[in-house]
Amino acid sequence: MLRGSRGEPVRRALELQLEVGKFYGARRFVPVTNVHMMGDIEVMGDGGLAHLRRLEGAGARCEVAVTTNARCFDFAHVERLGQDPGEAAKERELIGCLRRMNIATTDTCINYQTVYQPHFGERLAWGDTGTVIWANSVCGARSNFESGPAAMAAGMTGRVPEYGFQLDRHRRGTFVVEVATGLDDLAEWGALGKLVGESHQSYFAVPVFTGVRRAPTADELKHLGTSLASYGSMAMYHMVGVTPEATTLKAALGGSRPSGRMRITRADIERVFRSYRNPDGSCNFVVFSGPQLSLLEMRRLAQLFEGRRVHAGTTVFATTGNGVISQARALGYAQALEAAGVTILEGVCVYILQNLSHMRAANCWTNMISNSAKIVNTITAHKFNTILRRTEDCVEIACSGVYR
Amino acid sequence: MSGARVTIRVKRAFGRAVEGEAVVSEEGFSPRYDLDRWSGVITKPGHRLEGVNIRDKILFFPTAKGGIAAGWAFHDIKTKGIAPRALVFGVTNPVMVQGAVFAGMTITEGWSRDPRACIRTGDTVRVDPAARTIELVKRG
Repeated sequence: MLRGSRGEPVRRALELQLEVGKFYGARRFVPVTNVHMMGDIEVMGDGGLAHLRRLEGAGARCEVAVTTNARCFDFAHVERLGQDPGEAAKERELIGCLRRMNIATTDTCINYQTVYQPHFGERLAWGDTGTVIWANSVCGARSNFESGPAAMAAGMTGRVPEYGFQLDRHRRGTFVVEVATGLDDLAEWGALGKLVGESHQSYFAVPVFTGVRRAPTADELKHLGTSLASYGSMAMYHMVGVTPEATTLKAALGGSRPSGRMRITRADIERVFRSYRNPDGSCNFVVFSGPQLSLLEMRRLAQLFEGRRVHAGTTVFATTGNGVISQARALGYAQALEAAGVTILEGVCVYILQNLSHMRAANCWTNMISNSAKIVNTITAHKFNTILRRTEDCVEIACSGVYR
Repeated sequence: MSGARVTIRVKRAFGRAVEGEAVVSEEGFSPRYDLDRWSGVITKPGHRLEGVNIRDKILFFPTAKGGIAAGWAFHDIKTKGIAPRALVFGVTNPVMVQGAVFAGMTITEGWSRDPRACIRTGDTVRVDPAARTIELVKRG
């Protein structure tokens, strides 16, 4: 491949992977069976689109199954959101390039809930940190954070350098977190992730949760994982009795001594919710997004919004993938949400929407209120003041127009 | 200033040798969460470097923050002409490394002594990935 026997795009893809492997001291490549990549015009820019055009022109084609992450446009809402039609045209071109390169543009960050469920030990090259922490922790599959160009390279070469979470030694728990409280709402699981991630920021930190009082749901683990990955840059956690490499605390630690222990109490969780400030008292932007919603999250929201109406002047976004929306429509959840005045956006995530900073200013959105700890962190580059609230409180705020 | 040479050894490195003005941060970094990728200014409210332009700088960060976007983002800001010359991390993650390699930007990880104790924002420093060293060239 390095001699160019499979073409220039593959040669350059492998060169990129070799340099990254060298950086981390990888000793070999390992084959991967599934790739999930991020690629949209907002993050790639004109330079990235030019790169894609060159690749496609040179005959680049992915051999492994590759899916794509959430993107920055829902084409049905470009005008309403005040997005740039020129950028939307570039996004369409970009999607075309990806498809011709044999990439399935699924446009979802919850591929693990809707598209592909990896098995124990399966080697992957997944992008979007939330997908990686899910694969490593919940499935026992193996992936590093593979960003856009790295994931695309893996799609072309069918392999990744073996370092980080591809190796047993990095998968052991490094510190212990005793969860000394019950956790109910998704926002509380996200708050747990914030407390643990923020205080242990490191890609190679692997928390081991103990004391979890009941079997968590998939959506709860999703919000915990996306929050850990966002605040802590973490790619794996264990939960004793829940995740497959943590049948016991000893197994999760893999024979090594934990570097520390922390205990999370009810008071700690409550402190997270109390820590947010609302300088101007406004609450006209409520978001259910980042990660995209599962069908069951759509159902819960539909039930909470049933018979109610979003307050005049308030905007509520819920985002998910095409598959979930189709099912939600078949089951009536989408209609219930829309009847209440919720805008459902397809294939996107709010914090990566093209033109978001201008959208914020044009709509006088000072605060963004959400039940997702991840988006409360990630959207701040667009100068939002962000506030984490429990799901029911978000709905109450959205419908009453009163901040609580 | 004392005449003693200030040299930091780094654990891992990629890229060509570069010299430039140091910006030393107490806080970690993500090009998606913290940076306005059109101006090159760190815009996250409350970030320790809020208002700082990263163009042509040598950036010292103790940690990397989450976010897969760096993979494309470094290439993007390089195309726009607002990229830093090098990224020097205490602890980083693969996204930063993949993004820097893809963009052809110098990056290092791990340090023998904490730059916050010996390098100041405004100093001129030289990063040499082949030698795995960072040297103070001139006080700012």
